[in-house]
Amino acid sequence: MRLRGLIRKEFLQIMRDPSSIAIAFLMPIFLLLLFGYGVSLDSEHIPLALVVEQPGADTAGFTAEFRQSRYFNTSLYATTREAEQALMVGRVNAIVVLRQDFARRLRDADGAPIQLIVNGVDANTARIISGYVQGAWGKWLEHAALQRGQKLEVPLQLEQRVWFNSELRSRNFLVPGLVAVIMTLIGALLTAMVMSREWERGTMEALLVTPLSMREVIIGKLLPYFMLGMGGLALAVSMALFLFEVPLRGSLWVLFATSALFLVTALGMGLLISTVARSQFVAGLLALITTFLPAFLLSGFIFDIGSMPTVVQAITHVIAARYYVAILQTVFLAGNVWSVILPNVLALLLLALVFLGLTWRSARKRLE
Amino acid sequence: MLARIFALVIKEFLALLKDKRSRFVLIGPPLIQLIVFGYAATFDLKNVPFAIYNEDRGAASRELLAAFDGSPSFTRVAQLTHESEIAPLVDSKQVLLVIHAGPNFSADLGGRPAELQVIVDGRNSNTAMLVINNVRVITDRFNREWAASHGGTQAPSHVETRAWFNPNLESRWFFLPGIVGILTLLLTMLVTALSVAREREQGTFDQLLVTPLRPIEILIGKTLPGFIIGLGEASVITLAAVFWFKVPLLGSLLTLYTGIALFLLSGVGVGLMVSSFAVTQQQGLLGAFIFMVPAIILSGFATPIRNMPVLVQDITLFNPMRYFLVVLRSVFLEGTPFHLLIDQLWPMALIGVVSLSIAGWLFRHRMY
Repeated sequence: MRLRGLIRKEFLQIMRDPSSIAIAFLMPIFLLLLFGYGVSLDSEHIPLALVVEQPGADTAGFTAEFRQSRYFNTSLYATTREAEQALMVGRVNAIVVLRQDFARRLRDADGAPIQLIVNGVDANTARIISGYVQGAWGKWLEHAALQRGQKLEVPLQLEQRVWFNSELRSRNFLVPGLVAVIMTLIGALLTAMVMSREWERGTMEALLVTPLSMREVIIGKLLPYFMLGMGGLALAVSMALFLFEVPLRGSLWVLFATSALFLVTALGMGLLISTVARSQFVAGLLALITTFLPAFLLSGFIFDIGSMPTVVQAITHVIAARYYVAILQTVFLAGNVWSVILPNVLALLLLALVFLGLTWRSARKRLE
Repeated sequence: MLARIFALVIKEFLALLKDKRSRFVLIGPPLIQLIVFGYAATFDLKNVPFAIYNEDRGAASRELLAAFDGSPSFTRVAQLTHESEIAPLVDSKQVLLVIHAGPNFSADLGGRPAELQVIVDGRNSNTAMLVINNVRVITDRFNREWAASHGGTQAPSHVETRAWFNPNLESRWFFLPGIVGILTLLLTMLVTALSVAREREQGTFDQLLVTPLRPIEILIGKTLPGFIIGLGEASVITLAAVFWFKVPLLGSLLTLYTGIALFLLSGVGVGLMVSSFAVTQQQGLLGAFIFMVPAIILSGFATPIRNMPVLVQDITLFNPMRYFLVVLRSVFLEGTPFHLLIDQLWPMALIGVVSLSIAGWLFRHRMY
């Protein structure tokens, strides 16, 4: 009964300041649209300079191979110097050079060198380019051999199978990851201010002299925002499924149950920040620092956790988003794999208890 | 006029630094985050857990698999004896990669192409792609060596790759300048986004408006602290990137600082604009996130702008981060001279001037 009064007051506060509703509903739409369409790791149409110092029958096929490739936007340059200039100012990302003696050395024992210069600043793209050039080169060799009536044979052939995402569509892993980042933001942003606001405005003391116990205060603060957050989640998940067509191979109830747990953890973290900070200013700063960037960089969303140094790997264990990203990627793409879901659920549960427990303790003790 | 501005600047600094918690929040986390994120943000795979399923008894497969064991990218965690063992290992994420050599691998080698089956966990398709690239490097080398030692047909040409500016293709060199940019943005947002909103919420902004300070003086007084703190912090972060992470700094400091100064101008401008639009601190915080999250994701930090759809590429033109990242990476890794970066510098100045003007206008015109 007492609890209901507090919850009603929180709801009124939410309705009066539209920013909470904006956080829960507009932000997921806005961010998912922007990132779902904006972020892609699939490189195509990479600008590339091709320098053929002495065009001839042997080089024509090679040039054609690059012109046809959908990975490259090939432009021909007359000299290496000009191409290097273009690389310097960033007009092209790579240069492929066929030297003057290319045709002659094709008949040599050690073969003709094809020179590839890549801009290594973006090391990842550089590797991708180098792989694509190798691929175009291999196709050219195959075609050339076929024309001579031979079949090119390599000793070992790679047969690769990518499970769960056979076309390597980067959206399929980015969208579930984004849902995790967005839920982190929603959770922390919704609650980061609610306790510190009461402290700052002096209404916390008024709240403390009511018959409400601290546990009731925490529940009263948590419940309205939890419902708001679940609404936002439903929105984000339906966008992922219907707009971005990410397959959902696990079951919906697992997705929502684990998400609810994560939301409690995220809200709990926000409440803790809010309680420790006392002023809205510090709470806001802490929320800015502790939510988005860690969820973006340390959760395994983009960067592989296993490749990080051990100390940094240890730090990722306190980032709730890490567990949620693992769950989401598995439930969306692989199915209900309990050996992945259960340990991560346990970790989330533990973090939620720690956050809420700390909130309870520090809110109870501190009255100045 | 100067005295009045000076007084306001002093007051702003006091508001930021007199509280122990907010002092810590401004100084501690950016440095900690630089170190942690600096180590976390890398696409260079290390110790990817993998399993071997070798049905072949020959020497050739042992030789090939030894190459995988020797690679720092991979760590063998399991040796399989039956096909049914593959799925549980991959499903539960114990391994990201399974290498399968069939019973006829050694026998086929040299005759028809021997098949090597590779199964990759595609839940994170980016990591999956990197794993495949790493596998291909090993099998390509195996192919070349096999052809050389067994007198097979050599390819008539080969690709020689050179990477400019980053010869070892260390992706950390690419990400660290980006992290310098992100943390600088985060800090200016921290300092400015709540500064006007807080005064609005507490009612002191009205008092400020009735003092002899003109709006332009208030604007300068609110801009300078963020600018000064940002400049100091950016210097510290740059020093750490150069001396701790050993990222080369090839370009001139003058170019670097011109970039930092203009970026700070635009960052402070957007922060103040957001802040003067908000009437509560919660709205200010929300506004800071609404700007910062897209600014980082659409900046080219982790995913190239070139990969985005044209419409989103156009949106990034309004993002000061986008220009700042180009300046940082060029100055750090390529040593690009000043005049080649002018195209990146003036948009930041423009964004700064426009957003600051809007902020100044809002001071007087958004009262409620």
